[in-house]
Amino acid sequence: MKHLVPEFEKLRERFPAGFESSLALPCLRRIQEDRGYVADSDIEELAVFLGVPQIQIEEVLSFYTQFRRKPIGRWHLQFCHNVSCSMNGAENVLAHVERRLGIKPGQTTPDGRYTLSTVECLGSCGTAPMMMVNDGYHENLTLAKLDELLQGLK
Amino acid sequence: MPGRQLIMTFPVTATSHALPEYRARGGYGALAKALGQMKPQDVVKEITASGLQGRGGAAFAVGRKWQVVQYDDGQPHYLIANADEGEPGTFKDRWILENNPHMLLESMLIASYALNVRNCFVYIRGEFDLPYRRLAEAVEEAYAAGLFGRNILGSDFSCDIVVYRGAGAYVAGEASGLISSLEGKKGYPRNRPPRLTVKGLYQRPTVVNNVESLSNIAWIINHGADAFKAVGTPKSPGTRLFSVSGHINRPGVYEVELGYPWMKFLDEDCGGIPHGRGIKCVVPGGVSSKVLTGADIANLKISHEELWDAGSTLGSGGMIVIAEGTCMVALLQVLMRFYHHESCGQCTPCRHGTGWLHRILDRIVAGDGRADDIERLYYISKFNDGTTICGLGDAAGYACSGILDKFRDEFEYCIEHKRSKFGGNLECLRSS
Repeated sequence: MKHLVPEFEKLRERFPAGFESSLALPCLRRIQEDRGYVADSDIEELAVFLGVPQIQIEEVLSFYTQFRRKPIGRWHLQFCHNVSCSMNGAENVLAHVERRLGIKPGQTTPDGRYTLSTVECLGSCGTAPMMMVNDGYHENLTLAKLDELLQGLK
Repeated sequence: MPGRQLIMTFPVTATSHALPEYRARGGYGALAKALGQMKPQDVVKEITASGLQGRGGAAFAVGRKWQVVQYDDGQPHYLIANADEGEPGTFKDRWILENNPHMLLESMLIASYALNVRNCFVYIRGEFDLPYRRLAEAVEEAYAAGLFGRNILGSDFSCDIVVYRGAGAYVAGEASGLISSLEGKKGYPRNRPPRLTVKGLYQRPTVVNNVESLSNIAWIINHGADAFKAVGTPKSPGTRLFSVSGHINRPGVYEVELGYPWMKFLDEDCGGIPHGRGIKCVVPGGVSSKVLTGADIANLKISHEELWDAGSTLGSGGMIVIAEGTCMVALLQVLMRFYHHESCGQCTPCRHGTGWLHRILDRIVAGDGRADDIERLYYISKFNDGTTICGLGDAAGYACSGILDKFRDEFEYCIEHKRSKFGGNLECLRSS
């Protein structure tokens, strides 16, 4: 993470004095954007940079669903399977993608292109069913829309 | 339109969220009025007089929360807008963040002025991408226009803001869990007392308000508490944003004047149920509020008091409409999986209770339900209530006992016949 330190210094200026610990989440998000995951060396270096115990960083990483300590596929497909999405065919669209990619939620295709996950409510209930591909929302999914979308994810 | 509107007052276009158009709608006039003509105490008085209730779930009076903060106690105060919208069925704050972010920012400035806050924060859930970008853009616009920073609008009031992104945790939407998260830790809720308005962020007095609650502030300062109270009902002043989803022809976010007839709203504004089906039940305000059947809501008006009388709550405004023919056993299984997944693990009754509820539902759905499972579900729901630090475990119990109370026969059927009365169906099927 060392090359990100100048960015982190700038980030620190936006917070009040004494808020170093608060930088943990934004810094980890940035590290993950950069490397694709958070490595053990990142944890050590970030703990030193923020002046917090290493265990605090490890707790944060294991607590929040968006952080990961291992690499995943290039395209992360996260399907909501909470109430409103289930009521509007989430099971169907998920099954379709499972068939197309040949993997189950929690798995990555052998070529490293796709990782599939199921997640709880993403606040997109009025446009159900929906999934996230990396950072973006894809809503009102249909099988045809999914096929078209998968074509574009190389 | 379901009554008068205070927030969704303009047509959404590609540029309607930006500063120039917000200004053209009269934006930041309330801030100028507060800084130029009102003392901080006057602002608190006006908000208290308006009777504005929190829009995040608990409907606690905003003014009463604010009054706890001592303006001149010599320590820093903090204000946090809770934009960690995660209650299943709820996506109304997202509308404000995407389409009217300056209304939130202006209101936060006024609140900061009233509460002697030098640094305020928006805690936004980590998955929100467009809402985050829109809000971040709005913050940059506001800084460039001198609306944040030092000596705002030439006054001696200074205020800075940070938009803080969560990283995926339902429990971080609970105000004290949010504060733990904003301190860069896992989002464990904290025991109260002390209240957050006494010891909150980094042990300093902190006001945490929902995005929609705050967004009403600018309107109230502009028009006055009396004008606000003239909208809605005497016990539920103003409007509420409802995000409507499930089995409904026109899902989406609607601003509803409180006191508006419920069925009229669903039939006329939301277009009714697909395929001409009847309403089986409605989740009124996020899945933590107890379900009401079609018969329960037939003559109800949408207001806090009528919902409380009916044994439920308007909660977070996440309304889920459930059509006849839907399997409530399968639906409850989805809900219990959710609470189990989101329990933070700090308190034993919730950590284990949500897991037990989830596994019992799994086995009922799989056809392995036992004769005493219904009583067991009730027992765990009741045991969770009030025995944990935050409300997550309670909410899981309310959701569970709420559905059992209304649809017990479906669970009995499923246990006895080892299959669902409605084929495990969750979708709105065409009548055959």
